[in-house]
Amino acid sequence: MDFIQSIDFLQLIKCFIVGGLICIIGQILIDKTKLTPARILVIFVTTGAILGGLGIYKYIIDFAGCGATVPLTGFGANLAKGALTEIKDSGILGAFTGGVRASAGGIAAAIVFGYIASLISKPKIKKQ
Amino acid sequence: MKRVGTQTITFDNPPTILETSSIVGPKESQGPLAKYFDQCLDDEFWGEKTWEKAESKIIKENVNSVIAKSGIASTDIDFCFAGDLLNQCISSSFGLREINIPFFGIFGACSTFVESMCLASVFIESGGASNALCATSSHFCSAEKQFRFPLELGNQRPPSSQWTVTGSGAVILTFSGTGPYITCITPGKIVDMGIKDANNMGAAMAPAALDTLITHFRDTGRKPSYYDAIITGDLGYIGKEILTELAETKGYNIKNNYEDCGVLIFDKENQDTHSGGSGCACIGTVFSGYYFKQLKEKKLNKILLIATGALMNSTSSQQGESIPGIAHAIAIEN
Repeated sequence: MDFIQSIDFLQLIKCFIVGGLICIIGQILIDKTKLTPARILVIFVTTGAILGGLGIYKYIIDFAGCGATVPLTGFGANLAKGALTEIKDSGILGAFTGGVRASAGGIAAAIVFGYIASLISKPKIKKQ
Repeated sequence: MKRVGTQTITFDNPPTILETSSIVGPKESQGPLAKYFDQCLDDEFWGEKTWEKAESKIIKENVNSVIAKSGIASTDIDFCFAGDLLNQCISSSFGLREINIPFFGIFGACSTFVESMCLASVFIESGGASNALCATSSHFCSAEKQFRFPLELGNQRPPSSQWTVTGSGAVILTFSGTGPYITCITPGKIVDMGIKDANNMGAAMAPAALDTLITHFRDTGRKPSYYDAIITGDLGYIGKEILTELAETKGYNIKNNYEDCGVLIFDKENQDTHSGGSGCACIGTVFSGYYFKQLKEKKLNKILLIATGALMNSTSSQQGESIPGIAHAIAIEN
């Protein structure tokens, strides 16, 4: 019960709305433009990196939490943030190492779980 | 056999379509035409390890089925014309490698079905063959991998996209018979209007269909009302609308007797197939399953079958090339 009482429902709603808005942008790009999903992915990561680098994205994270960090823009912002931090610590080389270092957990998890999933599952036809 | 107009060939002893056969996948089996197909599969793998193997099995079993239904021995079939959508047409060549009939592998994208019937008709009319087999196949899963993205990526399909039909259509043509006859063919030209979206093939192929349609009418002197049905292969909802409008601006009203196999094969609302069906097997299965029976039962007596193809591949799409379209027409009459 402590867990449920500790949930900040206002935060949940903010997270849901911001995360949902980011996804709506993606849906509009799929429906209304000729962009391929791969390009949309790159646009999201790049936008996140630019907003992160300019220091704007952290306000969105402060407001919406995982609603801003889980979508691809959050990954982009994390890359930028890692690079900027690393530049301060170890100079210009940090621009190359920092981004990947900061997102190493996410990248490694994606590869490991993707590999496991490919071993234990078989591709199926999609329903729609 | 003689040439009329710019690109139509009429036959003096028109070949008969002796028999057809069709096999379709699970999604087509839930569609409005399910009862017309010879065999409906409930598994897109059909017991095989890969989708490509499944597609080869589909065309192989369908060819065996059409030969068995026709009542003629496979040794009496002189030539086989077959093609599909995969690189180097491996579904056809792997599926039919044990068939032991002289084989022409052809590629016309989704126009392959009618292209193969055009070539087979000329072979028969010229005396080069007595009986000829035409077969095509496509598979949703292998085609997505080939032309767009692998299904494992889990991409969303945009609203203009069409659903590649899983299945195979096969026909046997013969030199003497009681019909339905292939009375003339109008092979089409490549038409490219600059459409670049591989998810909007209907719009890319409609101008090619228009070119072939108008050429056919001009060459033969026929009007749209001559036919009980004018049937395109896989323009889908978007392409069908475009072709209807384009034809009207050119002075041909096809509204009353025009159908598209991509529109017919799925229930758009309940099956969520967006702009309709596509693929070699779309017109292949709908003709073999549905229209051939309509012709045999004399519910339709004159049809114009126009198979449409988009002649792109994944490399050309990635390099930003536009999509050349093609359409081949054959007139089938009782």
